[in-house]
Amino acid sequence: MKRDLPTATEERDTPSPHVSDEHLRYAKWLARGTWFGFAVMAIGFLAYVGGALDPHVPLDGLPALWSQPAASYLQAAGIRSGWGWAALLHKADMLNLVGVALLAGCSALALVAVIPLYARQRERVLVAVCVLEIVVMTVAASNLVSISH
Amino acid sequence: MACANLSAGASGPLVTTTGRSLGRAAAALALLAPPALGADVGAADVVALDAAAWWIWPLALFAVCFVLGMIAVPAGVGGGVLFVPIVGGFFPFHLDFVRGAGLLVALASALSAGPSLLRNGLAHLNLGLPLAVVASASAIVGALVGLALPAATVQSALGVTILGIVVLMASATRSEYPEVAAADSWSAALRMHGVFVDVATGDAVAWRTHRTPHGLAVFALIGVMAGMFGLGAGWANVPTLNLLMGAPLKVSAGTSSFVLSLVDSSAAWVYLHQGAVLPIVAVPSMVGVALGARIGARLLTVLPGATIRRAVIVLLAFAGARSLLKGVGIWP
Repeated sequence: MKRDLPTATEERDTPSPHVSDEHLRYAKWLARGTWFGFAVMAIGFLAYVGGALDPHVPLDGLPALWSQPAASYLQAAGIRSGWGWAALLHKADMLNLVGVALLAGCSALALVAVIPLYARQRERVLVAVCVLEIVVMTVAASNLVSISH
Repeated sequence: MACANLSAGASGPLVTTTGRSLGRAAAALALLAPPALGADVGAADVVALDAAAWWIWPLALFAVCFVLGMIAVPAGVGGGVLFVPIVGGFFPFHLDFVRGAGLLVALASALSAGPSLLRNGLAHLNLGLPLAVVASASAIVGALVGLALPAATVQSALGVTILGIVVLMASATRSEYPEVAAADSWSAALRMHGVFVDVATGDAVAWRTHRTPHGLAVFALIGVMAGMFGLGAGWANVPTLNLLMGAPLKVSAGTSSFVLSLVDSSAAWVYLHQGAVLPIVAVPSMVGVALGARIGARLLTVLPGATIRRAVIVLLAFAGARSLLKGVGIWP
């Protein structure tokens, strides 16, 4: 008997039988990280525009800054480049950046999660590739490589 | 406090600037800035946008991004490639913030799609990871260079790039299942092969790739462009994976999204640390494109994809030309 083609939902949610455990584990951790990042960003943004928390830069002051380069914005707002924003997390606009950071970091978490699976299969090259990608993302996140204005 | 007097910085005649702001926002909403309006309302007016009307721009941005997300899906392009030239060309935000938001738009789309693409076997870790390492590293370089260069230079280069993408989109061929006689040694060592089930036919398709060094070189270039311009780079990833490396078209599209999620993550950190992520610009853009894409996916079976793709190509050509002319100062 011919099987009916899957619905869009079934197709999305049912893993293909040819998909390896690494893919499934990566997908699971990526989904968790992504939803967490979006949730934090949504809460932060609602607190920002809803006025629940004071912003570092008043909303009505933004039009004077958003047409200027990012370096001018940092200078006018008194924010250090790099991780300077993290010192201002009690401010609503800076709190939004936590969500951005979570979204930018959740892939690294998923990579860490699949390394043991590759290691168990003695896939040394793929372990090395995962580690390399984590190193690259860590360098980006650390602000070790930056520009001076 | 450094920002204490920021709200007082936007001075000027209240009624006039508010009216002009509304006019500009309406023009942005229509994705067209009429020459007469452009002549009447200069860049200085936009900078002096009245503080009381700050909310017009995020609202207009959300509306435009919703439409972009809706047309991007049937047109088969990512939202990021539409976002940067259009918002950069017609909104008052500095290109730094537009590129930062563009990266996040592309990142959010790639992260949202990633898990299901991986579970379906359409995104392949072994194929995407080595390419992502090279492209991520070069995206950091691209982002740093892009933020260091004068805005006019980046704007001009963006215009040229977008016009190049238009040519690529209009002329590119695709191969559903490319012939790969033999995997190269790199591809074999990195296990760049797999099986995916094509739900349209129910067939299990075994695939492998070749020309890995060439692919790595092209992805290094793609990373620089993605980081520099804040573009999602599916327009370049898919042809490279499909036509150059020989991956099946659906695997190429899925793996492209996976690679994008890693490349844009690396570049996003640079933009974040350099102050080029403004939540008031980035969040409405991400939400607008995401919601629009959901509608676009539902309309996929109803809307004529080829017609929309042609319309998007025309729109991109216009936005690319606008970006180039803005960059060289002909249409500021």
